[in-house]
Amino acid sequence: MGTVLGELARFARRNTLAAVGGFVGLAIMFMAVAAPLLAPRDPLKADFRRMNKPPDAQSIFGTDQVGRDTLSRVIYGARTSLFVAFSAVLLGTTVGSLWGLACGYLRGRFDLVSQRIMEVLQSFPDLILAMAISMAIGTGLTAVIFAIAVTRIPFGGRVIRSVALSIREMAYVEAGRASGASALRIMTFHVLPQCVAPYLVLATTHLGVAIVIEAALGFLGVGVPPPTPTWGNMLADSITALVPPWWLVLFPGLAITVTVLAFNLLGDGIRDTLDPRLSPAFLRLVTGSGRARTSVAGGASAASATPAAGTTSAAGAA
Amino acid sequence: MRKYLARRAVYAVGTLLGVSLIIFVVLRILPGDPLVAILGVEGHAQMRPADRVRIMADLGLSDPLPLQYGRWLVDIGAGRLGRSFFRGDTVAELILHRGPISAEIGLLALVISWLVGLPVGILSAYRPNSIPDGVARTLSVLFIAIPGFWLGMLIVLALLFWFGYKAPIVIVHVWENPWQNLQIVIGPAMVLGLAQGAYIARMSRSCLLEIIGEDFVRTARAKGVREGRVVFRHALPNALLPVITISGVLLGFVLGGSVAVEQAFGVPGLGRALVTAVIERDIIVVQNLVLLYASIFVIVNVLVDLSYAWLDPRIRYG
Repeated sequence: MGTVLGELARFARRNTLAAVGGFVGLAIMFMAVAAPLLAPRDPLKADFRRMNKPPDAQSIFGTDQVGRDTLSRVIYGARTSLFVAFSAVLLGTTVGSLWGLACGYLRGRFDLVSQRIMEVLQSFPDLILAMAISMAIGTGLTAVIFAIAVTRIPFGGRVIRSVALSIREMAYVEAGRASGASALRIMTFHVLPQCVAPYLVLATTHLGVAIVIEAALGFLGVGVPPPTPTWGNMLADSITALVPPWWLVLFPGLAITVTVLAFNLLGDGIRDTLDPRLSPAFLRLVTGSGRARTSVAGGASAASATPAAGTTSAAGAA
Repeated sequence: MRKYLARRAVYAVGTLLGVSLIIFVVLRILPGDPLVAILGVEGHAQMRPADRVRIMADLGLSDPLPLQYGRWLVDIGAGRLGRSFFRGDTVAELILHRGPISAEIGLLALVISWLVGLPVGILSAYRPNSIPDGVARTLSVLFIAIPGFWLGMLIVLALLFWFGYKAPIVIVHVWENPWQNLQIVIGPAMVLGLAQGAYIARMSRSCLLEIIGEDFVRTARAKGVREGRVVFRHALPNALLPVITISGVLLGFVLGGSVAVEQAFGVPGLGRALVTAVIERDIIVVQNLVLLYASIFVIVNVLVDLSYAWLDPRIRYG
């Protein structure tokens, strides 16, 4: 336990911004979990004596068109938004990563077909694919989670595949093969542990993306159905007025921005700590530009300065 | 080069076929009954069986699925995109009428992102860890985290407040009244362009720093080339390749993001048509528009790959 804390303290000293991001992220997660204790009012309770009130002493973030307390709704909104984002990333990035791990290790026809499928999935703009899927399976919490998760699969798949491709050539993996271990055993005990670090970076970065997609879906009216407070739904509610009250636009949006910022900073920090040499090439992979052609050049230019980055992206090209 | 081009084109056609298949599967098979998707569960329950059969036949939905899919592909090839279930206009008319506005927004966003992102990236890399670099990096982290549609809402709110802004109701094409047209598209283009520009600044900074550490840059400096010429003539062309790639990848953000940003600004572009169609469950419109967005994404990325081959002989001859 002591070493874990020491490790964390060292991380915080070296990456102040990332530590701040992590702290803010934790605070928002706490806010989501403890929403019933923190929220001053019931987020769903309309109060027709207090409609469209600007921020004042009674409700410091103001109230909406039917008199619901904005602060309470922002706090409860964290619940839905974070729950959707965490579930979607946990589902999508994990499925994608395991799939990518199998592709990278097994190679062959399975890998070829899988790569084509992931390429097709990646050909959709995220938000548009999520919209189409959530429309098809009916808007609701699970539909939104599933829709966002599907858009996360190819990213996990590509990054982890390239990691697995380079790991499979390592001597200790070959030793495993030589001693007759099954492919499943080698993947689970020898390749998987090496994929944990890139997976964490990926998952943290994609949490931010998932939050934005969820908010956009809510804003467009195809997300989690109202009256459930989510940050996106609140923004959608605000523009039903001819002149949207500024407090109804500002606070939910601010909540989204702060949360995304926190997760992005944390993700960047984890990446820099785990392997600073990886960062530029890794950024290219994480943002999804790990296409065959680009990685050849990326790998070639990175190879001389950074051997590790070179192998990773060159492996991605194979 | 010609062979590379041909291979890339065949590849893209394959990807697009996969894309169309996924759209078809998502919209026709997942919900079970497309009429439930169109009418909602209640509307569907109230319908008489005879009406049901007639409507299904009218829409061509009672044929076997492979036949429906085949007919859709043939229709696309012939330029027949079907018509909206709720409005009289055909999807082709919709695209021709609303498409230009969205295309303008996308192109203008691209121009803005390069005009802003590249100089900022160069400035950052020129003096790393200086004050301008710090400011540039902070701003880019911030603009990556801010959801575009929220920034759009804030801008609209500010314009409403101080300038009496009205959301554009009718479409003014650039060939009708360039000045009014610009007023419609500039806001969304700025919002999308700045977010992209932040990624481009970040990418060009890291690539440029990587290249500046290379031997040939040291050689150029050693033989007395002026610093400005070292950066612009020796380093920059090499750093541009990944920046071009990320621009292609970012198009996905722009295409998806524009849907929400158009909504925020109240611009009657293609994105809003898609949102309306999704909410109304107008599947013929949705399926064709989603295919259109994905096709643009795929085709632009083919162009990016080609420009890569054109700029980098290692790929052309490799």
